[in-house]
Amino acid sequence: MSLDIQKIRNDFPILKQEIYGKPLVYFDNGATTQKPQVVIDEELKIYSHENSNIHRGVHYLSEQLTQRFEDARKVVQKFINAKHDHEIIFTSGTTQSINTVAYSFGDRYVSDEDEVIISTLEHHSNIVPWQLLCERKKANLKVIPINDNGELLLDEFEKLITSKTKIVAVNQVSNALGTVNDIKRIIEISHKHNIPVLIDGAQSIQHGKIDVQELDCDFFVFSGHKLYGPTGIGILYGKEKWLNKMPPFMAGGEMIKKVSFEKTSFNELPFKFEAGTPNYTGAIAMAKAIEYIQSIGLDEIATYEKELLNYATEKLQTIKGLKIIGTAKEKVSLISFILENIHHYDAGMVIDKMGIAVRTGHHCAEPVMNRFNIEGTLRASFSFYNTKEEIDKLYNALLIVKQMFG
Amino acid sequence: MNIDAKQDEIVEEFSIFDDWMDKYNYLIELSRELPPIDPKFKTNQYLIEGCQSKVWLNADFENGLLKFSADSDAIITKGIVALLIRVLNNQKPEDVMNVNLYFIDKIGLQQNLSPTRSNGLLAMVKQMKLYALAYHSKNKK
Repeated sequence: MSLDIQKIRNDFPILKQEIYGKPLVYFDNGATTQKPQVVIDEELKIYSHENSNIHRGVHYLSEQLTQRFEDARKVVQKFINAKHDHEIIFTSGTTQSINTVAYSFGDRYVSDEDEVIISTLEHHSNIVPWQLLCERKKANLKVIPINDNGELLLDEFEKLITSKTKIVAVNQVSNALGTVNDIKRIIEISHKHNIPVLIDGAQSIQHGKIDVQELDCDFFVFSGHKLYGPTGIGILYGKEKWLNKMPPFMAGGEMIKKVSFEKTSFNELPFKFEAGTPNYTGAIAMAKAIEYIQSIGLDEIATYEKELLNYATEKLQTIKGLKIIGTAKEKVSLISFILENIHHYDAGMVIDKMGIAVRTGHHCAEPVMNRFNIEGTLRASFSFYNTKEEIDKLYNALLIVKQMFG
Repeated sequence: MNIDAKQDEIVEEFSIFDDWMDKYNYLIELSRELPPIDPKFKTNQYLIEGCQSKVWLNADFENGLLKFSADSDAIITKGIVALLIRVLNNQKPEDVMNVNLYFIDKIGLQQNLSPTRSNGLLAMVKQMKLYALAYHSKNKK
């Protein structure tokens, strides 16, 4: 069934906006996605009629909202097909999720001379927490290389593994290039050596179905705001067996069972990892966002976005001097490109004035840029609410850029 | 011409543009007119690195006046660099130290000098003021 894009666009109030007098063309979905009215209404409804701190009060509002918060957890559980709802930890986003694992898992399992494996394609948020861990523990960070298309070299990956390797952390989709990594294979290889795997799903969760049990990943992390939900909420999925063994990362209320000045005993999962008042409005509204995209259909979204990717790839390639960076066989709807002899900043500034929002720069993935020996790219990332007509506008805008700076 | 007179002159020049593209085309033109920086200053020592674009800046001091030269790898940035140099070149250190660059706001380019923009321009202005301060204290001695 094909999607009714005009109807979908009406669900997103921001898309009706004009920027510098031109209709907004929003192609920065890789940075954050826009919010449908149902998500906006949900937050408004909570603050207007339902607000109360959760898990604490015996009073009506607190009980009601606690129930809604826990229902949201179940929505996420079903969404990624986790085995238990207590394997779903609410965090502030992907970055906090990765840091939690790097600190907590790292504290327990990583020591002198051990190794952590990441990939060249990682976002800084899946590099720096591991770097800091390695510094603390005097461990070594190893990096899976990529080929010229921006694909991970899995044969090289297997060679990196030793008996000292304690965890592998890779993204499912590269935010800078759009490459879809064969994480199924990475997980299989790692598990053959009894090494757990963390998957950074920040750029994959919004583009298709995820089944953590089928993938058999040990950790899977993502953010609400890239999933049409609010900012400041995200998910750390972890297998129960790991989360139970890992020490708490942050301390505070809710994560404790009993506190005295001599000894504190910690609460059970998931609360052990949810110190302090959680972002309950964010969690509940994120669940709404998940229900929204489920109502559109994740397979339908993937099919349509692929169509946009193919259309844009073909169209942009006809521009002389335009080079696409990242030509992997499997990509999400994201195109990173450079224009010969034109600085990405100049191009971005000019097309901004035509109402087109793209990302420019290194996309917080400097190692990827270094690999291709470039300073940065322009990145257009498409969502299911984008259209081919909008891609035409980008195409025309780039022709003007070429005229101005050529 | 003093700093504010130069700023007013630029504001006047830009007032004829009612379209962003015209403004940018003018900045491109200005970038081409910017006197080239001596290649020996185009090194890391003179580099002001922004997240998006780079700026190289040198300052000399002759007859009590500051002489700036600069370059950028992005053309729009370079156009704005040219404007900053036009305003602050051949001025006394104490005037540059305390300058209020109001022309940027008035010609609508303030987003280019916001701290979040990180194109090197804000850091460049800071560096120009630091040079002014350095020459000012050296001069007093």
